[in-house]
Amino acid sequence: MANTIDQKQNFLKGIVKENPIFVMLLGMCPTLGVTSSAFNGFGMGVATLFVLLMSNTVVSLVKSQIPSKVRIPAFIIIIASFVTIVEMVLEAYIPFLYEQLGIFIPLIVVNCLILGRAEAFASKNDLKSSVLDALGMGLGFVLALTVLGITREILGNGSIFDYKFVSEDANTFILFILPPGAFIALAYLSILFNKLTAKTA
Amino acid sequence: MDYIVILIAAVFVNNIVLSQFLGICPFLGVSNKISTSVGMAGAVMFVMTIATTATYLLHNYILLPAGLDYLRTITFILVIAALVQMVEIILKKVSPPLYQALGVFLPLITTNCAVLGVAILALGLENSSLLKAVFFAFSNSLGFGLALIVFASIREYLELANIPEGMKGVPINLLVAGLLSLAFLGFTGLV
Repeated sequence: MANTIDQKQNFLKGIVKENPIFVMLLGMCPTLGVTSSAFNGFGMGVATLFVLLMSNTVVSLVKSQIPSKVRIPAFIIIIASFVTIVEMVLEAYIPFLYEQLGIFIPLIVVNCLILGRAEAFASKNDLKSSVLDALGMGLGFVLALTVLGITREILGNGSIFDYKFVSEDANTFILFILPPGAFIALAYLSILFNKLTAKTA
Repeated sequence: MDYIVILIAAVFVNNIVLSQFLGICPFLGVSNKISTSVGMAGAVMFVMTIATTATYLLHNYILLPAGLDYLRTITFILVIAALVQMVEIILKKVSPPLYQALGVFLPLITTNCAVLGVAILALGLENSSLLKAVFFAFSNSLGFGLALIVFASIREYLELANIPEGMKGVPINLLVAGLLSLAFLGFTGLV
């Protein structure tokens, strides 16, 4: 059995060393598409974290039952089921977020991060490691989306989590809440991320 | 008239990659050479149009009458995955040259969120009909191809440029994509 230090590494790797956005470049579409505000980025991150956690758990539990030839379609069905659950729950309880995220909620299904972890990790490891792996990767994803959302909201709207800290008629870089701003903000954030991780390594 | 508006809106104004952020993975992943990006654009055009036809029919004639609308996501992704496999097998048999050109890109398309995204967006069109949905998918795939090929041509020049160390790789590509997206923002208000 894996020891505790191993598990800690396993959990932490998703947050910095193998961060899904900044290092692995997985799940870029929702990252760029929904981060026009910090709240949307955070909401998308949590929805993805939930699906990732559930799919990793289930895949890890049933891995020995699935013939290896049909494993990818089987994983996709498992993921799609949880995405449907998330879609229904959001629509029922947080309709505001459901409208904001729109098309990107069903698209969690094709987020390469989730299928990638199911295939590369959960289908080969035991339940505990898979859960920790999903939590680490998911938190890394939430973190990246929230940071990007905060950056774009501060620059583009002069607010954090809808709390406005500049006067109503102040000029802000509206560019950053428009589509091009997503690419540009992420470009500079990944330069910063590379710089910071290069120092600690 | 409707159709011209759909075409211009999908290709320029609401470009699927640069303003709706669908299909970013292949956009960043297979855009380092013009030749590969042309192949990818062709494969997407093919699959997106066929997939939307299939999902539109499935949604309107099976899921809606049966009250199974909530199964949309699951059924669509399965249909697309199966369709990609089928297209691959048929192409291999019927048109080997086309298979040679598009073959390697086909398996990648299942996880291309632009295909699923357009299939879902096509359901929300005003006064939708099958023809309109298919035309919408085709226009969007043209928009995808345009963005991909323009981006690839810029990246080929980028190879020769002197880029600061910290910006090499992903950051510079994202910046270029941002500027390209800014250029497309200029089309806002066209339709």
